[in-house]
Amino acid sequence: MSKTATLRIGAGSSFADDRIAPAADLAERGAIDYLVFECLAERTVARENQTRRKDPSKGYTPRMLDRLEAVLPACLRNDVKIVSNMGAANPIGAAELARAHARDCGLGDIHCAVVTGDDVSELLRRQPQLRLMESGEPLESLLPAMVSANAYLGADAVCRAIATGARLVLTGRVADPSLFLAPAMHHFGWSYDDLQRLAAGTAAGHLLECCAQVSGGCFGDRLGGKDVPDLARLGFPFADIDADGSVVIGKLDGTGGRVDVATCTEQLLYEIHDPADYITPDCVLDITGLDLFSAGADRVRMTGARARPRTPTYKVTVGYDDGYIGEGQISYAGEHALDRARWAAEVVRERLADRGFSYRETRVDYIGMSSLHGMGGGRVEPYEVRLRIAMRCDSRKAAEAVGFETRALHVNGPGGGGGGSDPIVKEVLAVQSVLIPREQVDPQVRITELRS
Amino acid sequence: MTALHQIAHGRAGDKGNTSNISVIAFDAAGWSLIRDRLTVQRVQQAFAHIATGPIRRYELPRLKALNFVIEGALGGGVTRSLAQDAHGKSLSSLMMSIDI
Repeated sequence: MSKTATLRIGAGSSFADDRIAPAADLAERGAIDYLVFECLAERTVARENQTRRKDPSKGYTPRMLDRLEAVLPACLRNDVKIVSNMGAANPIGAAELARAHARDCGLGDIHCAVVTGDDVSELLRRQPQLRLMESGEPLESLLPAMVSANAYLGADAVCRAIATGARLVLTGRVADPSLFLAPAMHHFGWSYDDLQRLAAGTAAGHLLECCAQVSGGCFGDRLGGKDVPDLARLGFPFADIDADGSVVIGKLDGTGGRVDVATCTEQLLYEIHDPADYITPDCVLDITGLDLFSAGADRVRMTGARARPRTPTYKVTVGYDDGYIGEGQISYAGEHALDRARWAAEVVRERLADRGFSYRETRVDYIGMSSLHGMGGGRVEPYEVRLRIAMRCDSRKAAEAVGFETRALHVNGPGGGGGGSDPIVKEVLAVQSVLIPREQVDPQVRITELRS
Repeated sequence: MTALHQIAHGRAGDKGNTSNISVIAFDAAGWSLIRDRLTVQRVQQAFAHIATGPIRRYELPRLKALNFVIEGALGGGVTRSLAQDAHGKSLSSLMMSIDI
């Protein structure tokens, strides 16, 4: 069933709005066996749950069809299987849509397999005593505002879907590295006892899950000795995996970017806390013995990943309504620009208080000076500064007033304020986590095949 | 004094309200410098006005890298932060500005 002894898995995205053309390039000429699209950030499933509630036919990654349109013809021509969590809060609906799209494009009947069962909101409602991982508080406090609860499923569920022979596997919440480990487990027949290979596949998945971040994205500082060749044409990465668990990360010739020990090391440590204890649904990965070696131009070999057996729980992300953020921005320049911006911020806050609005939290940024790293020592007063005011509150009206009062500074504030933004209002969907025993979740995990 | 960015590079990642920032030496000499001098206390100084929680430091000698885990650095976390850079992606540059 393999094209070559080595399995090649391409990374097609790192978030829902990632670039698409480099994924199409991989599908077209990458000689890949699988193309994996990772599209779910922490709260994306919560957001899509809300969307689905308003329109039951929606709730999948909004750009799914754009992606499939770009890669499906080449994937079918080159026998590339697609694995993705673009199903988000509605994987079945997503698969039905994908199949309809393929038929409309003359691509025929696409065999899809769908993983469901990550939605554990009903299970959680019955267990208000569970403790939130971040605060230690009981889950009960969040339940009234809960909009979603999804367990990070592992590679085993995705493996079962791949084993149906489907061309397109769609899931909801699955741990990011598991999306990449699953094709390797299926292809080589790795089991959960095979910790060395699970470690290699999980580490490879971790290196690929943020896509271009391992091939030169989020890396360059060309004046600081970190040049990235042809960044505009940045290519997406792939992993070549062998049956023994050896892994080489690479990118296609003729694409921009770089794959080397430096880019791989940055990505390896990305979002890792204790490097001996990186918990995924498939294993507990230990990268303290891991080595990265150059293996030619834009090729890096990874060795020495270790793992301990998976834990008895799944991590669940609970999405909940957490009020609103209102925001406004306006700019000042020239003499005393910073002080006029400060004065403007004071005025906005006084006017909001006079109108009777109250806010749980306020942040005032002086963009160009202190908005990213705060007011540390030694900040130089900039020639021009953009004031940004962001305030947290419980009502939409109070949130709208922040941007309204900020924009009104054009006429009613200190001199020379320009470029006021339209008022910005964000509905806050926050997330926290709980752990839930595997045996509660596993019985509800289902693989559904869609084919004619 | 050497600015960290002259001898090392790194990236910031987010999980909830915690930022992790890698510091990876360009070479062996740089590695011994950061291993010896880039202490939790030094990082705490640089992040005092940003992070509310404790800082943990991990050594990865094979990769010539340190990993700092900085709690309470993200204004409540990416999903609810009031900050412009809610992920704290730019915090790697603050780390790299440290003089050692």
